[in-house]
Amino acid sequence: MVQITIDGKKIDVPEGITILEAARRNGIYIPTLCFHPRLTYFGGCRLCIVEVKGFLRPVTACTTTVNKDMEVNTSTAELEELRKLILELILSDHPHDCMLCEKAGACTLQELAYTYGVDGFQFAGERRRYSKRDGNPFIERDLEKCILCGRCVKVCREIQGVEAIDFGYRGFKAKICTNFEEDLDCEFCGQCVQVCPTGALTGKLWARKGRQMSLREVETVCPYCGTGCNITVHVNRNEIAKVTAREDSWNEGWLCVKGRFGYRFANSPERLTVPLIRKVPRGEGAPEKVEDLFREATWEEALDLVASRLLEIKEAHGPDSIAGLSSARCTNEENYLFQKFIRAVVGTNNVDHCARL
Amino acid sequence: MENNVVIRVCMGPAGIAAGGRDVLERFREALASAGLDASVKEHCSSHQVGCLGLCARDVLVEVHTDGQKHTYQYVKPDMVERIVTEHIAGGKPVSEWLVDDSFDAFYEKQVKVVLSHCGVLDPEDIDDYIASGGYEAIGRILKKCLPEMVIDEIKASGLRGRGGAGFPTGLKWELAREAAGDRKYMICNADEGDPGAFMDRAVIEGNPHAVIEGMMIGAFSIGASKGYVYIRAEYPLAVERLKLAIAQARKKGLLGKAILGTKFSFDIEIKLGAGAFVCGEETALIASIEGERGMPRSKPPFPVNRGLWQCPTVINNVETLANIPYIMRKGASWFASYGTEKSRGTKVFALTGKIRNTGLIEVPMGITLREILYDIGGGTESGKEIKAVQTGGPSGGCIPASMFDLHVDYESLAKVGSIVGSGGMIVLDEDDCMVNMARYFIQFTQAESCGKCVPCRVGTKRVLEILDRITQGRGRPDDIAKLERLCKGIKSTSLCGLGQTAPNPVLSTLKYFREEYEAHIIDKKCPARVCKALLTYWILEETCTGCGACRRACPAEAISGEKKKPHRIDPEKCIRCGMCYEVCKFSSVERE
Amino acid sequence: MAGLAAIFGSGAMTNSIREIEGMDAIFIIGSNTKESHPVIANRMIKALHRGARIVVADPRSVPMTRFAEVHLKMRPGTDVALLNGMAHVIVKEGLMNREFIEAATEGFEEWKRSIEEFTPEEVERITGVSRDDIIRAARIYGEARNAGIFYTMGITQHTCGLDNVKAIANLAILTGNIGRESTGVNPLRGQNNVQGASDAACLPNVFPGYQKVGLPEVQKKFEEAWGVKLPDSPGLTSTEMIIAAFEKRLKAMYIMGENPVVTDPNAHHTVKALETLDFLVVQDIFLTDTARLADVVLPAASAFEKEGTFTNTERKVQRVRKAIDSPGQARDDLSIIMELSRRMGYPMEYSSPRDVLREWGELWPPIQGITYERLEEEGLQWPCPDESHPGTPYLYKDGFPKGKVPFSPVSFNPPAETTDEDYPLVLTTGRNLFQYHSGTMTRQVEPIEAHCGTPYVEISPGDSRRLRIRDGAAIRIVSRRGAVTVSARITERVAEGTVFLPMHYREAAANLLTNDALDASVKIPELKVCAVRVEPVKRR
Repeated sequence: MVQITIDGKKIDVPEGITILEAARRNGIYIPTLCFHPRLTYFGGCRLCIVEVKGFLRPVTACTTTVNKDMEVNTSTAELEELRKLILELILSDHPHDCMLCEKAGACTLQELAYTYGVDGFQFAGERRRYSKRDGNPFIERDLEKCILCGRCVKVCREIQGVEAIDFGYRGFKAKICTNFEEDLDCEFCGQCVQVCPTGALTGKLWARKGRQMSLREVETVCPYCGTGCNITVHVNRNEIAKVTAREDSWNEGWLCVKGRFGYRFANSPERLTVPLIRKVPRGEGAPEKVEDLFREATWEEALDLVASRLLEIKEAHGPDSIAGLSSARCTNEENYLFQKFIRAVVGTNNVDHCARL
Repeated sequence: MENNVVIRVCMGPAGIAAGGRDVLERFREALASAGLDASVKEHCSSHQVGCLGLCARDVLVEVHTDGQKHTYQYVKPDMVERIVTEHIAGGKPVSEWLVDDSFDAFYEKQVKVVLSHCGVLDPEDIDDYIASGGYEAIGRILKKCLPEMVIDEIKASGLRGRGGAGFPTGLKWELAREAAGDRKYMICNADEGDPGAFMDRAVIEGNPHAVIEGMMIGAFSIGASKGYVYIRAEYPLAVERLKLAIAQARKKGLLGKAILGTKFSFDIEIKLGAGAFVCGEETALIASIEGERGMPRSKPPFPVNRGLWQCPTVINNVETLANIPYIMRKGASWFASYGTEKSRGTKVFALTGKIRNTGLIEVPMGITLREILYDIGGGTESGKEIKAVQTGGPSGGCIPASMFDLHVDYESLAKVGSIVGSGGMIVLDEDDCMVNMARYFIQFTQAESCGKCVPCRVGTKRVLEILDRITQGRGRPDDIAKLERLCKGIKSTSLCGLGQTAPNPVLSTLKYFREEYEAHIIDKKCPARVCKALLTYWILEETCTGCGACRRACPAEAISGEKKKPHRIDPEKCIRCGMCYEVCKFSSVERE
Repeated sequence: MAGLAAIFGSGAMTNSIREIEGMDAIFIIGSNTKESHPVIANRMIKALHRGARIVVADPRSVPMTRFAEVHLKMRPGTDVALLNGMAHVIVKEGLMNREFIEAATEGFEEWKRSIEEFTPEEVERITGVSRDDIIRAARIYGEARNAGIFYTMGITQHTCGLDNVKAIANLAILTGNIGRESTGVNPLRGQNNVQGASDAACLPNVFPGYQKVGLPEVQKKFEEAWGVKLPDSPGLTSTEMIIAAFEKRLKAMYIMGENPVVTDPNAHHTVKALETLDFLVVQDIFLTDTARLADVVLPAASAFEKEGTFTNTERKVQRVRKAIDSPGQARDDLSIIMELSRRMGYPMEYSSPRDVLREWGELWPPIQGITYERLEEEGLQWPCPDESHPGTPYLYKDGFPKGKVPFSPVSFNPPAETTDEDYPLVLTTGRNLFQYHSGTMTRQVEPIEAHCGTPYVEISPGDSRRLRIRDGAAIRIVSRRGAVTVSARITERVAEGTVFLPMHYREAAANLLTNDALDASVKIPELKVCAVRVEPVKRR
């Protein structure tokens, strides 16, 4: 531990951490845009500049590690003026279309603009314009909203190991590019979408499904592989608007393409909505169309039919003539109850699930 | 003829451009056909040597006969025969082609350390360097010195980085030596990118072994066994000579394992830069060597602690390293005898712009600007007054004529808002518009910004936009205030040196030439008559003869008038190209 | 995962996912981690950035090989030889952990004799992997302080699946890489709740919590708890059910959330078997190929529409919460089962899933400490015997439940079906990144279908040249059991002589081709290897 002074307060912090970490641990707010706790340092947005005694110019809190007896000021009139200038510069090259933006209400840039009361018109000038839309089916890349914080580039390299994107061009024309600026063709994990602080990267599926204030968040577990990633399901009315992951969950906010973008089956029109009872015998020559195969039934009728047929068969051929196959996609409780039903009600150990497949 | 005859043809890039190769060939042919090869072959050699310094007078040829030196200027191939017959064979120099007195003045105030062997040694022959005392220092160091002793010597010499920031070299080495790590690296930064600066290229082309020896001494001191030279691919001759020099050094056992039978192993790899200005910034250079996009990284941590592949790394520029062998050979106190208390030794500058003697000069630190510009540089060619000098390239500032008694050293230049930088000096006279000059440099840094940090990427763009509109006559009253706010912000918040120094040309011109900005913005005039959009052209009726030359030359058909009667320019149609001004024989076209 | 249970006492992953970051060596065999468990792969990449060394053994150049120091590209079905070969090198170079062998294992000497024949030269001959690579891989695993092994169906879906698992376990105990943080043996579960379905005993031979059917004290415990006489002989496994249905020994099946027509081997046979049943109930969220064969189809709730818990591959019980209402009249499985049970004369009274978990915990102590209240914040890893227990990130910290762990000599046996003149290529099956299992869910997702909605087969450049197949051309793959037509994807990912067909596409179902031969003891079918030939399809 070393003792440092932040804004006149003496605090003890572990050696080797950054000024930003030290401040956050002690409840001192320093604005950031490019910093991300799960990624390596970048130091590009310059918003987290602080004054450190002995340094000629402000240093970035996110990249500077603490030293013994360091004296730090996080908020002086001069620093706030510089932050304001930086925000003005970012906003001077940013579309002012928050009213249409998917990220409105959850956008760090919007929040900071509000906090600092900055609109970016002071330095109005040329804005980057990109007309080509990325044709990939998963991720909307609106590079006019990109502030080049580099988070997406780093998450793609450091977490996903893919390196699908990198910085391209120089100066004002600098932008995040795919190889040869072709359409994004990657693992579509959407990690970049997760870490993007603005509306530059969003899910194509999210479009006009609802923004932050109209969404209800439900914490649950991904329905796909056995990793069991924690997900946050964002619901608008009775529809899933998007799926994200919390950065403080054990999976650290990371998901795969299925977990992040594979939720739409739940709202599919193909879903079964009523019990069905077979009209025609099985086997060769069964019709293709669903309505020729089945008729709709009430739950009462369907359940009665199942119960009575199972009882008949049990009576006629013994319980071991019946088998139950459960699913690895059902809950623990459902599986427990299913095997209890097969064992205790039907009376057989013919119960299994798809673990072997 | 009993005496040694040595002919030196300047084969620096300017020399080559002026026809140096042909001159060299012609000398060889002429010597041969004059039958001189039979009698003087062993004594007479045609060296191709590096830059002789005064590029404006290329091709320069030195003829050494009988201990006497004669220098010819502006030599063309067809002049060679006469030089050979009259001078070399006949012993009578061709006096009308020899350099004049001002040529000697050019050298008088110079002190050559780094350039001492440039133009003297054959850069493609290691033996030439060795014969001049080269590799003597490293040999002695490896046998007799501890790394700490070398570092102490360099510290005592007071040598500071010649690449820009002027960090004390010995201290840098000491920090790297003390930094924890098994692997350490020695990097030579040869990514010279300032417009107009070419001393690093000249040193590598003229004396590559000095750089190699400097790197060896540095590597030995910090404990590195691997070195890189990061050099621009746009310097093909330098790259070629460096490759050759490295190969020769390896062959002599000066690079590789167990050098000169000691435990010291060191080898050098060349990395070609792709021409990004920002890669001259040391952390960007490291990223580039690592195979990543050349983008600067935040400091701290500094490269001496965590540099290439996260290992302690020293990055020195070419000129700094080329000083090292000479310091180790002649001693720290010899080196420290030149210069000022805080800025020791000599510095190479590249004189360009409105100056008679353009080219490379090496002067002791502490010399005044006036001495450089007038005694060495010879003032302007046109005789007009020098208005200012821009030192340090795009990262530097403009120093007005009123301050020409300033001593050139790190501290003094910083005090007036400029830097020594890599040593570029662009001389400006009354025909140069300071707003336009600032605009030019900002355009350069904006285009070369890596895009990583906001103030540099967007901030310099906004500065450029404001300067654009000022020079186009659309400046607004609050633009100066905006420029000042932006420039101060960019200076204090940019991530790397490129951004932090980018506003210097603007800030220094705002400080010393504010009235020029005001003239552009308020009066809509460009005092230097450079900014086209602010010019108006008209014809003086009194002196116009009605010859029609201007009418014919005008590409916009803006000039009308009957023959032999005064013509007039339609300001609506005029595109301010200046053609009429150029062609008028009677000085009847006026502009403002 | 019965194989692992027989050796160590539990069949679950011994480590938690978080611990991967602390591993010095990661040995992945028969797992396409980057595509099947992408977020686990993220952890491995993090470990890599921290200096971990990765070895991947896979017949295909799966994406994870990009991060591997060594890729052992063996012939399909030769895992035992490869693993024994690595063990051979470790023993020969003295890289084993003698202390651990002495203290915690038995049968070392006998086993050591059994691997003597697996010299690098011999293993190179069997597997096609160079001896140098085998030695390098063995050293990376053997020299590491903390090493973890990861595997999935690429190990188990073979007739020798159990032998493969034993050979893996041998490596772990040989080097003492088990029972400590960041060292262990980790079967990665392919589906979100395979672990839970197994724990809850949707298995024919055990009651909840792996309590053996037929043991008197177990029978008594469950009979008392459930208030009914319970059958005491093990039942049929899923693959055996299909056989029994085909042979008319089985008359009725109740299938909840499964699609065996697409997921089971030899699909033609599966369809016939299900058609033979007197009565078939299918409960699902979509009308799957299996549901189309049903007498009654019951519409169920999806994972987004119900409350409950899932247990992930690291034994972590986590809360599933209802986000949206089910469409139409669809109901959650729990209430459907309770309704049926009541109608069949055994009323089940649970007011919520919470009660079900509580009952289960009372019958299986390792999860007794897991309650819905505690799960509100974060999941808990069993064993978690009481409410103050923090859960168990890694197993066997305090030794093995069965005492000493035996070394298990395993010999190499070639796959059940080998290539011949008529079927000269080896077909192996698996997943891709975008689709999931039988595709019931993912094939309903527009972007996934747009990006990866067409079935394909991976074929090596060499084979495609020989067979005159162009990239993207339609080809027919024929096995002894069936044929599918798919487009060819020419790629270096597969070795010459091998083709790879993803399992997700019902219109080109891999399981029309696969072999239903089973591993004799654990009844897992050999989905990973069967013999096929490839024919170009003539344009009409």
